[in-house]
Amino acid sequence: MLMKHKQLAGFSTSGVVLSTLVEAADRDYRLYVLRTAPRIPRSRPAMSCRAGSSRGGPGSSTPPRYAGCCHRRLASVSTVPQIPAVEIGRLVKRYGQTTAVDGLTLSAARGAVTGILGPNGAGKTTTVEICEGYRKPDQGTVRVLGLNPVRDARALRPRVGVMLQSGGIPPSVPAADYLNLMSKFHAHPVAVPALLDLVGLTTVARTPYKRLSGGQQQRLSLAAAVIGRPELVFLDEPTSGMDPQARRATWELIGQLRSAGVSIILTTHFMEEAERLCDYVAIIDHGQLVAAGTPGQLTGTVGQLRFRAEPGLDIESLLAALPPASLAKESPAGHYVIEVHGAVDPLLLAAVTAWCAERDVLANSLRIESRTLEDVFLELTGKELRP
Amino acid sequence: MTVLARGDDPPEPPATGGTHPPRPPMAPAPGAAPLRRMIAAQATLETRTLLRNGEQLLLTLVVPLLLLAAFGLEPLVNFGAGLSRIDFLTPGIIALAVMSTAFTSQAIATGFERRYGVLKRLGATPLSRPGLIAAKTATVIAVELLQGALILIVALAIGWRPDASAAAIVVVPLLILLGTAAFSGLGLLMAGTLRAEATLAGANLVYIVLLGVGGVIFPLAKFPAGARPVLELLPTGALSTGLRSVLQQGSAFPVGNAVTLMIWAAVAITAAARTFKWD
Repeated sequence: MLMKHKQLAGFSTSGVVLSTLVEAADRDYRLYVLRTAPRIPRSRPAMSCRAGSSRGGPGSSTPPRYAGCCHRRLASVSTVPQIPAVEIGRLVKRYGQTTAVDGLTLSAARGAVTGILGPNGAGKTTTVEICEGYRKPDQGTVRVLGLNPVRDARALRPRVGVMLQSGGIPPSVPAADYLNLMSKFHAHPVAVPALLDLVGLTTVARTPYKRLSGGQQQRLSLAAAVIGRPELVFLDEPTSGMDPQARRATWELIGQLRSAGVSIILTTHFMEEAERLCDYVAIIDHGQLVAAGTPGQLTGTVGQLRFRAEPGLDIESLLAALPPASLAKESPAGHYVIEVHGAVDPLLLAAVTAWCAERDVLANSLRIESRTLEDVFLELTGKELRP
Repeated sequence: MTVLARGDDPPEPPATGGTHPPRPPMAPAPGAAPLRRMIAAQATLETRTLLRNGEQLLLTLVVPLLLLAAFGLEPLVNFGAGLSRIDFLTPGIIALAVMSTAFTSQAIATGFERRYGVLKRLGATPLSRPGLIAAKTATVIAVELLQGALILIVALAIGWRPDASAAAIVVVPLLILLGTAAFSGLGLLMAGTLRAEATLAGANLVYIVLLGVGGVIFPLAKFPAGARPVLELLPTGALSTGLRSVLQQGSAFPVGNAVTLMIWAAVAITAAARTFKWD
């Protein structure tokens, strides 16, 4: 708890700058991860980083991931952390008259979980498939682990795991047989029985792919993506069609991969998933980047402090007692809202309660809120339905 | 669930063992397997999948063996005076078996692999495209060896006495190989350009038509004089005629038929390589 507040207090000072950056993200293509928190090496085993998957949703008191949970063991020391996992520069991809990707610039750090979010048709899958080497860009540059995904495909294929949005597995082949095949393509594969157990498919190991449930099919596809011990995995909507249990198991596996030092790029339109899993999130729409940052940065650009008290308090005097760039309003009568850029910090809370105390006002139902990623997403991409 | 109070030591990870296998290592350790191992694994899975598929077995094993037995035992067709029915039939049935595996079965299987995204997904693995083609070829040859063994057993049991020169031991496999190349090229050309359903229908239609006019059961001599040279230029006609001239008539090497198959193979493989859509 203390950690969170310290972290966020440090954060709020840059909050104004940050929100400006996010607003300008579609103009300024050079907005990269602003992850500045120091990484504290910790000698606990990699397993302990599973705490990452228990990071709570909105309102939870768990520290943000970049503050408390990024001490994964960098197991493969040979990887060069300076080269990003994926670097996309002014990427353009057209299909006939349609521009699927329109000048997208994005960078995904090594060893991190990067989420690409966007409504249907935003260009997520096209972007990922260009990174996977399936499609050639019309313009712009794409570097995967520093290499060209088309020209250097041969060198990249053993190092990159791929989970397609759907299909890719022969329908009549049993789950275990398929994983056995995939394991034979790699020099140091994960053992098939252990992997089946990890994704919860041991009991259906002999069941043909076509007779697995949607969630089981997704988990088999995920297992196949990681069996070759890749440095980087692309997961295109990994949890679509899963029930809550399977989704949690998948989150756990993704957390383990991250703890083991694997870089992960995933697309999703589950905002809760992005908020829980991702170190860094890029929201794209109409093939363009509309916002990017850590979930905390994106949701924390506006913090709210709300309380209820007698109507007609002196708002001007309240505002004068608060840090600059704050905003206070009474809406509706008796409901007071104070908004700040960044997160609400202890100083603001103290200022508000001190102001109340001076006037003998009891602040009822006092609560501190920030927007969810879904709020941000809908704000940026609009509420109209997509095809 | 673990609840930590301030001052507690972090919990030890639970001991593995018992009924669960140990948690597998996930730390990156990328690397491709040797090409030979990849091809062997892919070919093994494809062969097993084919042999478990009822419709494919019908095409590749049941139909040829049934035709061999039925037409070999009963005088259903007059193959010509003074000739043994089984001596005429066996080379034709071998040609049919090659066509069913290299063309029909491979086209249908590959067409659906493309439809289901299997080829696309394999494209992201260390198995290269030439490696995949090699695995498919190995699969076809494995099934052909099985077909050959069964046809041989049934034909010899019915009384097949091939009249062949010593060169046949080399020439017959060579002709079969050329036929396999030609049919594989045509099958992959179809699978790589048409929708899976169209490939399914088309490959079966071609199988039936060439079974009728490819000199498999019905002698090409029975067709009108003008049609015969054309039918002999079709891959099935070229293969059945070539095999028959080696196994039935004792000729050393049917140059014309071999060249015909070679041209089919070159044209079809080139066209397939240029037009194949992987997803």
